[in-house]
Amino acid sequence: MKNLHISTTVNGDQTEFVCAPDETLLDVLRNRLGLTGAKEGCGTGDCGACSVTLNGRLVCACLVLGAEADGAEIGTVEGLATGDHLHPLQSNFIEHAALQCGVCTPGILVAAKALLEKNPNPTDTEIRYWLAGNLCRCTGYDKIIKAVQIAAAEMRNA
Amino acid sequence: MALDSEKKQVFKVVGTRPARPDGIDKVTGRAMYGADATAPGMLVGRILRSPHAHAIIRSIDTSAAEALKGVKAVVTSADFGAPEDESIRDVQDNCMARGKALYHGHAVAAVAANSAVVASQALKLIKVDYQILPHVTDVDEAMRPGAPVVQADRAFENVAAGFSENVTSQCEFGHGDLEAGFAKADKVIERSFTTAATHQGYIEPHACLASMTPDGKGDLWCCTQGQFHVRTVCAEIMGMDASQLRVTASEIGGGFGGKTTVFIEPVALALSRKSGRPVKIVMTRDEVFKATGPTVSSSMDVKIGMTKDGRITAAQARLRYQAGAFPSETVTYGAQSAFAAYDLKAVETIGWNVLTNRPKEAAYRAPGAPMAIYAVESVVDELCQELSLDPLDVRLKNAADKGTKSSYGPTFEAIGLRATLEAAKAHPHYTAPLGVNQGRGLSCGFWFNFGGNTCVSLNINTDGTVGITEGNPDIGGSRASISQMAAEELGIPYEKVRTIIADTNSLGYNDVTDGSRVTFSVGLATIEAARNAIKVMCGRVAKIWGIDEDAVIWEDGCAKPSGPNAGSFDPMSIEEIAAISANTGGPIAGHFEVNADGAGVSFGVHLADVEVDPETGATKVVRYTVFQDAGKAVHPDYVEGQMQGGAVQGIGWALNEEYIYGKNGLLQNPGFLDYRIPVASDLPDIETVILEIPNPGHPYGVRGVGETPIVPPLAALSNAVSRAIGRRMFELPMSPPKLLKAMSQKR
Amino acid sequence: MRYEKPSTAQEATNLLATEPGIARVLSGGTDVLVQIKAGMIEPDLIVDIKNLDRIRDITPEQGGFRIGAAVSGATLGEHAGVTALWPGVVEAFELIGSTQVQGRATMAGNLCNGSPAADSVPAMVAANAIARIAGPDGARNCPVQDIPVSPGRTALAKGEFITSIFLPARPERAADAYLRFTPRTEMDIAVASAAVSLELDADGTCTSARIALGAIAPTVVLVDAASICIIGTKLDATSLEAMSEACSAACNPIDDKRGTVEFRTRIVGVLAKRAALIAYKRAGGRA
Repeated sequence: MKNLHISTTVNGDQTEFVCAPDETLLDVLRNRLGLTGAKEGCGTGDCGACSVTLNGRLVCACLVLGAEADGAEIGTVEGLATGDHLHPLQSNFIEHAALQCGVCTPGILVAAKALLEKNPNPTDTEIRYWLAGNLCRCTGYDKIIKAVQIAAAEMRNA
Repeated sequence: MALDSEKKQVFKVVGTRPARPDGIDKVTGRAMYGADATAPGMLVGRILRSPHAHAIIRSIDTSAAEALKGVKAVVTSADFGAPEDESIRDVQDNCMARGKALYHGHAVAAVAANSAVVASQALKLIKVDYQILPHVTDVDEAMRPGAPVVQADRAFENVAAGFSENVTSQCEFGHGDLEAGFAKADKVIERSFTTAATHQGYIEPHACLASMTPDGKGDLWCCTQGQFHVRTVCAEIMGMDASQLRVTASEIGGGFGGKTTVFIEPVALALSRKSGRPVKIVMTRDEVFKATGPTVSSSMDVKIGMTKDGRITAAQARLRYQAGAFPSETVTYGAQSAFAAYDLKAVETIGWNVLTNRPKEAAYRAPGAPMAIYAVESVVDELCQELSLDPLDVRLKNAADKGTKSSYGPTFEAIGLRATLEAAKAHPHYTAPLGVNQGRGLSCGFWFNFGGNTCVSLNINTDGTVGITEGNPDIGGSRASISQMAAEELGIPYEKVRTIIADTNSLGYNDVTDGSRVTFSVGLATIEAARNAIKVMCGRVAKIWGIDEDAVIWEDGCAKPSGPNAGSFDPMSIEEIAAISANTGGPIAGHFEVNADGAGVSFGVHLADVEVDPETGATKVVRYTVFQDAGKAVHPDYVEGQMQGGAVQGIGWALNEEYIYGKNGLLQNPGFLDYRIPVASDLPDIETVILEIPNPGHPYGVRGVGETPIVPPLAALSNAVSRAIGRRMFELPMSPPKLLKAMSQKR
Repeated sequence: MRYEKPSTAQEATNLLATEPGIARVLSGGTDVLVQIKAGMIEPDLIVDIKNLDRIRDITPEQGGFRIGAAVSGATLGEHAGVTALWPGVVEAFELIGSTQVQGRATMAGNLCNGSPAADSVPAMVAANAIARIAGPDGARNCPVQDIPVSPGRTALAKGEFITSIFLPARPERAADAYLRFTPRTEMDIAVASAAVSLELDADGTCTSARIALGAIAPTVVLVDAASICIIGTKLDATSLEAMSEACSAACNPIDDKRGTVEFRTRIVGVLAKRAALIAYKRAGGRA
């Protein structure tokens, strides 16, 4: 199995890596690029803990091959904050206790950001359906939905 | 010095909602979980698992795997010793099957290789010669004489005759004259119930990184609820001194009881010892479902007698819990908690633990209680319906209270059950109108709560800020709560305190993060450690001022003279005292070590409204409210978080979650697609009402809150569904095919 | 395993046709990568078709739309034209998996995976969709209905793959709808499903109906016996009941971890009835 040489953009930075043909983007991010924010909760697209954006689309990094990242733009949780300035979703998740163990949090933040870019003023139901692929076992989702709403309002008024 | 030994009633920091110290790490992806660690020269460990439910392992040939380029070590049970302690041997045998594979997914061998690909190839080269045995996965079948025996000679002598060898223990609790009690009842209902095994469903799979060196030292990084327990178990399995094995708990991606034991850590240590290299093992989700602890499944009978006006005259329960392939005490907790919410003159519970060819059960949030209380609360609800009584009034009428001799023996101190019931009754939810096909259910819940071995070190830094070292992995925001309690006691801002969780070489022994014990127990130890530090600081200041130590008091982060008679001195702040500590006797610290008692039992009441689609049997939870006594809510957001998270786990248990075994004894749904934990769109908001009935056993009145919330949803949902469809349900989960069948039988 | 990303259909066909081992087409990857992870398949060759010309395009054609084989659910759902013309197909496709899966999954992939429970397939069959297939002998068209052969197997020959799916034009007063049953609201595989496509005349009488059912037989089932029950009616209660019963009668399901024979048989009729009413309303009828 010959490794492939891939050129891509991760969180706006030009990045190159080699990977095996069957290696997932999640494994590449975590094991080759040191970006361990995306988590492997299932490896089969059922939990959303590895959510990243691929050319602006929300995807599970475990269901993308590293090879497919060639020429693409990847966005991960590590790219959410600007310098030391947290994204409103990040600060509101902390302030409104929308995380407990935090292992689903990176995926949920990436997913919620993708939602608010598409729909800046979602209903609770829209948030719940959009995030249905992001499993959280700690919070019962209640505070997550509320934090997304508060962040959305803050972003609309910004 | 003088310290106020009275209960603190007015709080400045406790009860506020500051940001958690781990928040930024967790929202930026920086937090380090079990699978996020690396080490130089690290190998990848993988585990080979039994494809059979029950089989003798005749032989294992690892030669081809060992010969594969890149493979650095292969281990089987032959690489482990035989620990004397039976419970530790069970843990070891669960981590690596010895002689017999006891369930589908039981580990039989493991490899360490220089890449995941090579490790996977090596697993395929291991040849295991199995002799397949008959298996049993159902609890009632496993109890019958003649059932396949999972493990011989494990039954205690007190088990009644007439069962198979799989029934390993029997427990009994209660008091009073049952026969007389039932004779007084106007209505007696006896029902049988079953619940499926459910998994804790933490999103982070088990992961560890083990590094053993040839001089016998070991370092272990792992996601666990208790690094000290991991050390105890692993050191014994590995034949090491505790001092030589340092265990560091990573950030933990959910546990709920499932990370109170070990599954892969001894295997990683053995592979590291054999290979001479660090070894990381990360479970796949499939392995998590097949080989880590789900909770028990149960089969239960409950009989309750009630008078026309709603007084319970006698109550009896029989609990049969299957806890997988190894003995377990979980049924004891079920038998103790079943009737805890009631003040009863005549009560009896008997429980049996049963071995089956399923994975070894692990604790799951209030282990053993949800199913027993589900059965009891279902029968109470049916009695209310039959006798046309209000279900909250009946619970109030029979509620356990301060001074009640509990169904399991002890007499209750101040408890919050009555207050939560009254809060539920007063809440608008209870009287809100219901729509078509809707029903409302309620249930009480209970958990003992736990204190246990706790050790806290509190250091006053030279700038007057405070570092706290504690030993319990933070699974619900405890670092924030601990810092709050220290700040409260010291009279300093929350931001001046930082709490960290120590590795096993940095602090004395701490029990596992379980039993809802951390905010109670570590909080108690932190407050006492702060008081000790204050005592030191007051002593230093007394010397400076040349007055008696007793004449110095501590207020608002400052040492002050206790009154005009003590002399006239300007207060000295903690910063000032700390800055000159080198000249007054050296560093200042407070410590506290305790085996804490007085955790204070916890009660909750849940109200659930559901709507059942009469044509498909689909259940939608339309409104849900949780009422719970927190004693004192240190960080109310995190208390609410426990109440909401526990409730939703219970909702999943009631409606869709279940381990499904085929006739072949193999697990059918080892993944998040078919093991259906609730998703965001399945749920309504979860409303919360926190009651604060102080726990006399804690300086601030704190009670643990983590476990009770998973208990009531099972019966609350079952009662709501039963009322919605006009037919009583006796089985969990209430999946749509079962409900549709029940609805059609009615017609 | 090799990974290839050809830029022409011919090249892709050659790669697939000449691979002596196991070859798989990769578009969205939401099935194939799961199967690799689970160890169900170990492909020797992965052919990523996303570089092919027009493979990610939605193109108007003869009043209908041609959907490239690499068009994701998210992209299709944002296309106003397709959503207006074939709302049932779009809603069926959008039910598959999570938002994340929608960012990648394709209708062609859903079809080629060969699952009896595939959500978009009953909707495509009800829509009389036509797949265009590239292969060693050039391109050919094949009704979607004829592609699934048995669970996990399709009528595609070695070297063949789907390049696009054509959704035909519709008259006015026509619409479709799709419903499935899952225990959770999302993230589940259909236990049973029903797609209904209707055409109405000016006074709301149904003139044409196609009803396709999923997860109740080894492959998707087009139930003419059910269509007959509602053609010529305004979907009154009696004819809907007859249609529902015809759907249940057409079932040949299995008992498995996701549902029982009894349950599937019963609810598929309910789903068909409800989907028919939605389609009827969308088409401008007043039920």
